[in-house]
Amino acid sequence: MKFLYAAYAATWLIHITYLALLSRRYRRLRDEMQEFHKK
Amino acid sequence: MRRLFVILALLTFGLLTFALYEGVVAAPTEQTMGEVQRIFYYHVPSAVTAFTLFLINFVVSIIYLARRSPRADALAVSTAEVGVVFCTVVLVTGPLWARPVWGIWWTWDARLTSTLLLWLIYVSYLILRRYSTSGQTPVIAAVLAVFGFLDVPFVYLANRLFRTQHPQPVYFGGPGSGADPRMTFALLMNMAAFFAFAALVVWLRFRLERARQDFEETQALEALLLPDVRSPR
Amino acid sequence: MSLAEITRVSLAKDLRLEWRSKDAINSMLFFALLVVVIFSFSFDPTAEESRHIAGGLIWVAFLFAAVVALNQTWARELRNQVLDAYRVSPAPANALFISKAVGNFIFVAVLETLMAPLFMVFYNLRSIGPAYELVVVAILATWALVANGTFFAAMSIRTRSREVMLPLILFPISIPALLAMVSATTAILTGEGSARFWVVLLAVYDVVFTTVCLLLFETVLHAE
Repeated sequence: MKFLYAAYAATWLIHITYLALLSRRYRRLRDEMQEFHKK
Repeated sequence: MRRLFVILALLTFGLLTFALYEGVVAAPTEQTMGEVQRIFYYHVPSAVTAFTLFLINFVVSIIYLARRSPRADALAVSTAEVGVVFCTVVLVTGPLWARPVWGIWWTWDARLTSTLLLWLIYVSYLILRRYSTSGQTPVIAAVLAVFGFLDVPFVYLANRLFRTQHPQPVYFGGPGSGADPRMTFALLMNMAAFFAFAALVVWLRFRLERARQDFEETQALEALLLPDVRSPR
Repeated sequence: MSLAEITRVSLAKDLRLEWRSKDAINSMLFFALLVVVIFSFSFDPTAEESRHIAGGLIWVAFLFAAVVALNQTWARELRNQVLDAYRVSPAPANALFISKAVGNFIFVAVLETLMAPLFMVFYNLRSIGPAYELVVVAILATWALVANGTFFAAMSIRTRSREVMLPLILFPISIPALLAMVSATTAILTGEGSARFWVVLLAVYDVVFTTVCLLLFETVLHAE
């Protein structure tokens, strides 16, 4: 049933999107820290 | 710490894979709904996880109000965010299940409406955190979290009565009824897997928040201790 | 000065200021009227149907109008640094909250009293159930909106887009109360179904959230 696949896919899509968001924030924090310690 | 994290990550991955297998392959097909019913193995654990995360948020917010510990605040925002993510999963998988089974995408039944309201409450919490310009954002957010969680029983009660007054699509006979033990097992496996996954993600978010807190503290100290070049002395 | 005295003085001040300027009540009234008229275009209000829908419409109109009043609750205090002064004074924080909440309650109650005959006229409303019950519902419902609203208005003082933030955090939490007030009103107006459960729910909601507001207001006041 395609609804089943859609549901499972949607679940992981949502989780992966959030994890990607987190990794982007990590990177931004690291950049800020490097910027700061350079001064 | 690092090692514990890796162990948890591996455990989570293992559980998720096993639970996926259990839910999609091993568990028997449901009589009335067919294969679509397997969405249940993702939908219900996500709902339970979301609710547990919000409960933790409530407890930690109270702790923050009592002790003003930054770690409490970091955990509060982490559980709220991850809770909203899981709640979103519930709200997306719900209609995807409802459509083939009931023929409609959405229905304002007690459970779905309560979940939607829960989502709204915690999204408003996250928006308040982001838009607050006060230096005491964690305090205000913690207060809102207390209000939000105390509202949950009212949300549920109100919706229960309101929706039972109106004709409802009949909820599935309950996979618990005539509980096939393999279904229960699949459900429990998925619960465990998603709990572990939630713990993992909350941990990641928590570490990020703590790092940011420490960084901001460092920045503040630097600004205080550095001599101001423009001052006359 | 005791809690009661400070509350009374503060409330008297707010009422006096409002009586002289009539800021809040005028904008609330006009807003509620607009909502009523706009909603009237969304359905054809014959007496029978309107009774079923009127409950919802009335409370939506009052809710939006109440937000107008709530948004300006603390504006005056902010402009004149009254909050800072209050924070360093030995006065109990709750006196301020109670006076503001009661003040708002009075404003919204006045609005409701003025709008009620209008509703009866516009929607050909005549209550099938006992009308005095509507008053009970109105009191409990208004307090639910106003107590939380005053508190949340204080919380949203230091936020960007303050006027949007208040409804944004207030509405989700008020939904159970809204559901109860609309259901109770509809039950009374149409005479179908019992309003009792909803009234009890509203009462419990009021008690629980007023208590929480009183417990936490000091924290919020000092957290600006």
